[in-house]
Amino acid sequence: MTKVVQAQINGILIRVPEGTTILEAAKQVQIKIPVLCKHPDLPPEASCGICIVRIKGTNKMLRACCTPVENGMEIITHDPEIIEIRRTVIELILSNHPNDCLKCQRNNDCELQRLTADFGIHSESFPTFLRDIPKDYSTNAIDLDPVKCILCGRCVHVCQNQQNVWALSFLERGMQTRISPAGDIQLADSPCVRCGQCAAHCPTGAIVEKDDTGIVWNALQNKEKYCVVQMAPAVRASIGETFGQIGVNYTKKLYALLRRLGFKAVFDTSFGADITIMEEASEFEERLLKQTRPLPLITSCCPSWVDFMEKFHTDMIENFSSCKSPHEIIGVLSKTYYAEKFKIDPSKIFMVSIMPCTSKKYEIQRSSEMFASGFQDIDAVLCTRELGRMIKQAGIDFENLPEEQADSILGEYSGAGVIFGSTGGVMEAALRTAHYLITGRELEHVEFESVRGLERVKETEVEIDGMKIRVAIAHGLSSVEYVLEKIRQAKLNNTEIPYHLVEVMACPGGCVGGGGQPYMVTDELRVKRAKALYSDDKDKEIRFSHQNPYIKRLYEEYLGKPLGEKSERLLHTTYVPQPLYRK
Amino acid sequence: MENINTEEIKSLIQKWKGKDGNLVMILHEIQNRYGYVPRPVSLEVSKETGIPLARIYEVITFYNYFELCPPAKHTISVCMGTACYLKGAPELLEEIETLLHVQEGQSTEDGQFHVNVVRCLGCCGLAPVVSIDGKIFGKVKKSEIMEILSRYTHEENNVKV
Ligand code: SF4
Ligand code: SF4
Ligand code: SF4
Ligand code: FES
Repeated sequence: MTKVVQAQINGILIRVPEGTTILEAAKQVQIKIPVLCKHPDLPPEASCGICIVRIKGTNKMLRACCTPVENGMEIITHDPEIIEIRRTVIELILSNHPNDCLKCQRNNDCELQRLTADFGIHSESFPTFLRDIPKDYSTNAIDLDPVKCILCGRCVHVCQNQQNVWALSFLERGMQTRISPAGDIQLADSPCVRCGQCAAHCPTGAIVEKDDTGIVWNALQNKEKYCVVQMAPAVRASIGETFGQIGVNYTKKLYALLRRLGFKAVFDTSFGADITIMEEASEFEERLLKQTRPLPLITSCCPSWVDFMEKFHTDMIENFSSCKSPHEIIGVLSKTYYAEKFKIDPSKIFMVSIMPCTSKKYEIQRSSEMFASGFQDIDAVLCTRELGRMIKQAGIDFENLPEEQADSILGEYSGAGVIFGSTGGVMEAALRTAHYLITGRELEHVEFESVRGLERVKETEVEIDGMKIRVAIAHGLSSVEYVLEKIRQAKLNNTEIPYHLVEVMACPGGCVGGGGQPYMVTDELRVKRAKALYSDDKDKEIRFSHQNPYIKRLYEEYLGKPLGEKSERLLHTTYVPQPLYRK
Repeated sequence: MENINTEEIKSLIQKWKGKDGNLVMILHEIQNRYGYVPRPVSLEVSKETGIPLARIYEVITFYNYFELCPPAKHTISVCMGTACYLKGAPELLEEIETLLHVQEGQSTEDGQFHVNVVRCLGCCGLAPVVSIDGKIFGKVKKSEIMEILSRYTHEENNVKV
């Protein structure tokens, strides 16, 4: 049992497990100590100093975010001097920060702005000095404006430790300190995999998703364009947070919303996920039974993971599923299958993807295979946060919208398709269909509890027709190392492969924790978002991709069979090693 | 740029392998060898040691000792001691910065000149004083700067002033 320590906060007795920080403990007595560099999802950076508290009877000021409560401590969280110091911390930050709030992408959703308002700072107390550092728009996924950086260190921690990419770093020190890739190059020339985790954790407008709302509004106004849209599984579970609703599934209201914004047809990426499963499970069956290509088969539906592999783990290329990500599949089918069926000129179709993801903004021009329809298959990608802004701009009372259905032929999804948005979801969906492909029988128990949950690496064994199928699931790029190393060692020593099937998602929690999702994510929130998807699955009559009647129809009417000639041409891609640094 | 000797870097890394603070020591030797830390060398060190390039640059840029650019051919020092200051040194500096398109503390893009400011060169009687590679120019007028610089550029014949 953990030891309990006893202390006082503002004169109120508290008992907390040993190791609890003052910041956490204060919540017990209804006190919110202000924080700036501390993100609830990350270990303390202890760089800003706004969270200081006083120990009674001493001159000692301690940082609440990183100081554990000790037995007998008498902690004061607020007094006039503490408040004055906190105000000065903010004022000093503001003296190096542009007054751009009105034109900033984070306006009204910025942690620095909120604190400035809370502390009632209305004038400049220190002369302003702005650094002269160029912006970086190079990635087509995230935009960097280092002048707005308050040096909290969150993005550097996330990029280096959580993602193990090491694209971002702090260069120099003192007044010169800045976030930048090594050697002041642009992010696109660095190892950055565009996961957007830095943007999702940044307290200010220093790193934000590339804003494509303007392009989409223009397309929606353009009479020449036939605008269609699809939304990813994870979006339905998080958009509610824009309006204070947590863990609610808004699928049907989103369909209505997207129509009201002016889209002519509304598709669902979960249907694309069903197609991905048909192709991927077939690939798996081939590799397993016919040994066509090496096992394990590794999933490829996360573009940041693909980018990471092409840069850091090129020896795994042969193990990658060649299947495109679900939204790319809907993209290419909207400009081929759908266009042909509904007699729409595909050159007029403007296809928008609503994604939890910044990486997908870059993916749409990743290689020539993303133009398989003869046009750019996806014209624009909006993150959940951007959709949230568009709802507000359009003045739509989202929560009171009626419920609608998606446009069929690319909209009706199975339960397997919608869990793609959570870590373990792709694996579970693939196992459901692979079981059928391998045995010809349906599973009795469709739920694979062992692949769910937030453990960073999940390893388990599933029995299919007497065969033991070993699987691994990793999320958050720093977790993949362990899995890949095991595979590598087996290859090297020619021993039995440790896994048959591996799922990787770049973002912790999978896409529900994506870099384009609403701010202030924690594991608690990731679980709630995932739950919304799992209950959607549970409520579905059809929970297997291969049973989805629209999937059957798609293959009968158009594609032929999984891994057939047409499927290969439209739904598959290739991978090439990429340099870590282009400069 | 000088040729990068991969073997040399490998043996350097081998030498410091497993020792505390080895990255700093490796970079130190590289700085001594080349006069700066060339990017291809950093990339090589990163590849060989597995230390991310970002980490290497964090270290390089943290310590003033390390340089990322080759040292300039000529060092121009503008004296800002009291006498020089009063007799117009700031104007001289400004002129030099304008002509060479650099800021004080930086080198020209072609690596010909490095410009810096010094406290006192010890020859206040000649104020304002500018020195280039240790050679003193006294009682310099703003209008003479162009001519002085051109003596150094003409010998190279490849710097536009
Ligand atoms: S997008 Fe991801 S990889 Fe790129 S800098 Fe941000 S955290 Fe690092
Ligand atoms: S860019 Fe944002 S997250 Fe990164 S250090 Fe600056 S303020 Fe913090
Ligand atoms: S895990 Fe999902 S949100 Fe994150 S980069 Fe991959 S596809 Fe995008
Ligand atoms: S929030 Fe504690 S030091 Fe920044």
